[in-house]
Amino acid sequence: MSSEVQRPATDVDIACVGFGPAMGGFLTTLTRAWDENPADPAFESKIAPGMPLQVICYERADDLAAGVSGVVTRARGIRASFPALDPTEIPMAAAISQERILYLLDPIGASRRSFILRVADFLLRPVTRNHAFELPWTPPFLRKHDGLILSIGQFNQWVASQIMASGIAQIWPGMPVGSPIFADDADKPAVLGVRLADQGVDKHGEPADGFLPGMDVNARLTVVGDGPVGAVGRALSKRFKRGEEHDWALGMKMVIELPENTELEPGTVWHTFGFPEPEIFGFLYVHPDRLASVGIFVPSSLGDPERTAYRYLQLFIQHPVLWQYLKDGTLRSWGAKSLAESGKTGEPILSGDGFARIGEGSGSTNMLTNSGVDEAWTTGAQLGEAVLELLRAGLPFTQENLAGTYEKRRRESWVESGAQRAEHARNGFHHGFVRGMIGMAVAGLSAGRFSLKSGAPPAHKQIRPFTAGDKSGSTLQQAAAQATAENRPLHDALLSARGWPEIPLDGRLLITQQDALLLGGKVQAMPGFADHVQFLDRNLCSSCFEKTCIAMCSGQAITAGPEGLPAFEREKCVHCGACLWNCAQSSDGEHGNIEFRAGSGGLHSAEN
Amino acid sequence: MHLLLSGAAKNSRERKMPNFFHIVVCAGIAPDPLQTLEPATGPNGPGIKNEMLLPAVLDPWAASALYEAAHLAASCAGSKVWLVSLGPKAKLQQLMMTVAQKASFELIAIDGPIGGFTDAHATASVLAGAISAIAGLDKTKLLLFGGWESATRGAGVALQLTGELLGIADQFQGVDRVEMSDDGSFEVLERVEGGKHLASNCGGAPAVLGWATGNLPEPRNNPQVGMANMRTMMPALQKAKTAALDPNGLRYISVSLPSRQRSTRVVKDLNPDEIARELVEWIGAE
Repeated sequence: MSSEVQRPATDVDIACVGFGPAMGGFLTTLTRAWDENPADPAFESKIAPGMPLQVICYERADDLAAGVSGVVTRARGIRASFPALDPTEIPMAAAISQERILYLLDPIGASRRSFILRVADFLLRPVTRNHAFELPWTPPFLRKHDGLILSIGQFNQWVASQIMASGIAQIWPGMPVGSPIFADDADKPAVLGVRLADQGVDKHGEPADGFLPGMDVNARLTVVGDGPVGAVGRALSKRFKRGEEHDWALGMKMVIELPENTELEPGTVWHTFGFPEPEIFGFLYVHPDRLASVGIFVPSSLGDPERTAYRYLQLFIQHPVLWQYLKDGTLRSWGAKSLAESGKTGEPILSGDGFARIGEGSGSTNMLTNSGVDEAWTTGAQLGEAVLELLRAGLPFTQENLAGTYEKRRRESWVESGAQRAEHARNGFHHGFVRGMIGMAVAGLSAGRFSLKSGAPPAHKQIRPFTAGDKSGSTLQQAAAQATAENRPLHDALLSARGWPEIPLDGRLLITQQDALLLGGKVQAMPGFADHVQFLDRNLCSSCFEKTCIAMCSGQAITAGPEGLPAFEREKCVHCGACLWNCAQSSDGEHGNIEFRAGSGGLHSAEN
Repeated sequence: MHLLLSGAAKNSRERKMPNFFHIVVCAGIAPDPLQTLEPATGPNGPGIKNEMLLPAVLDPWAASALYEAAHLAASCAGSKVWLVSLGPKAKLQQLMMTVAQKASFELIAIDGPIGGFTDAHATASVLAGAISAIAGLDKTKLLLFGGWESATRGAGVALQLTGELLGIADQFQGVDRVEMSDDGSFEVLERVEGGKHLASNCGGAPAVLGWATGNLPEPRNNPQVGMANMRTMMPALQKAKTAALDPNGLRYISVSLPSRQRSTRVVKDLNPDEIARELVEWIGAE
């Protein structure tokens, strides 16, 4: 796209990118102060004198309720913003009533378990029920007992309605932000605003029918909360050479309507590990009205090139300890999302002249406590307080002022102390499951004083390559060839080749991945946008044998195309961003060969 | 094919129009059809399970009417579009953040119940009252737009009744196209059976036009349009009056969904004749 295109432009006081829990915290803090005293001169716009502050938030998803996560959270930050919070006001929210940690044995015998783990399984088997061993106690660092179970889609909707009712902030869904506008001549990190994505373009981004150039939104302050795969946050990390994520996980889950006679009570929380692969953590959260969120996390440290998620999820829910409650259930919703698991080690520059970063993309997720929403919300609220302080003092949004207000609050808070304790908690997983669990336990029980301090390689290097003569590689190759010949999804063939049983589809809960897209995810994409997944060097794709991008694509939007090259269908993409970190190839040695840009569409389910 | 009942002068849409219109679009909201929709009966009668937690969309036929209205207003200098919408205020607020990016209009929000299980006469009465109260509305220039059908389980007559209550005699339903003339008259194409259109000439406003799908694609989300609309939208939402819809004795004895059939087969190498034969058999069996 030529930079000479005449673009519309507008000026605002604060431009916000992405609407999730972090932006909810920021805008709630801001709008609440406005509600309390609209006459406060701090709220007078500098770009439109006489008018209230102009605050605009752009969100890619087509609806503010199209969130992805069902989460369990201690909700400390959320409760600090809503001291009188009543969970019954938020659809699908429940106070936690019981919490269990289950180690799941493999009743099938197909998972890759080390010798040590097999011995442990043998010893535990006599004391298990339904092939699950319940830990007698929940380590303090994992406890969420005083927290909430939430549907992020519903929570976002609930928060947004209150923000917009104030009238001072506008949240525009269906409007992806293409890139930040950098101040090129600045001698330090500086952002002037954002450029919205072009519309009316072909898949390559070239003008087509109804071309509508993305508007330049010039802002005194740009608040970036577009998550770990957001185009703006990632552009900032790349530009300022800090904040590149190396540890990731793909979270995939179903919302299941439980049978009428279910014994699972709202507020029930299960954390699991050990099945379908030892490294795959799982969860079950029970919402009110017989709804349950059930899902898994497939981490990048699971270096198998044939890793996948959808069929693993189907296998997970069929584990006997879960299946006894789920087997007569009905799928209501389904979704997937990449999680940034680097935590503090992946923290980017938090603020610069004219910009600040909040939420998951700012490295706030705590990988020791497995908590992200609470931290994200709190960083947003901290920025909100900082912005109010600067507005009231009449000070500009410079790096120094933001560091002295926002960063200072963050550094002095429980978010930072937790992040420090968690900094190296997950490192052991790069050396195997057992070492990972030991490392996590040591870090957790010693409050971060002791941990395995080995580094983590870039995500693309975590994918183990197949070598010539590798038996598993040969099996994979045969399975892949057969899948292509039979026009079957690649991940199915790969897991079948590994000995996992076929999924007995029932048309209700166990359905094909394509049906999950249509029935569970309700995936859609507005026409007129460019393909947001770009394969940078097709020669590298051509020579790539692993093609993990295909196996890990949550929506089967990336498939094997002509000549074995991966092909992308934008209309099926759920915007999970897994392709970004599931590419084993690199042209620069630092990043994978797939670029994930700003795009429109994705999941439409409001129950995620 | 057009059935031309009376002579109609053909006019180019690009021609400068000396006449302006005041276009009022009545558009209800409906649960997003992409969501899992299940019927449920609550204390207030039939509805959709968990309806308030589901995102809403503008009723699809009415959405066509809005896009046509915006297009017509843009081609007739001095015209203006109002969008009158009845629904729960929180739902209207959320939905308008999307709709407002697509077309220029001024919102008239009425805080009322969700769904279509209301008495159409009561709904029409509220809509007509709200339209009559629009400041600056010239009823001699009024084109009342809406959908000729509804996705909200309604009877599909609220628009006609609203027109009647406003004293508008010229009514057209299933409209796919309107061609304006310089003198303010216009030709209307209405859908009739057999894939044909009925072409009628109307002397001019006021008139009621219940739109089918129209001919315009869904406009792109334009942030500038959204920001311009926002100047009047939040005040409209904040001062939205609550409408109590009188059931007028309406009572639902039972509500059910049409039976849903899902039968997917993947076949290869089936020739078109065989496919056609199977489709005919399948349709014949319905």
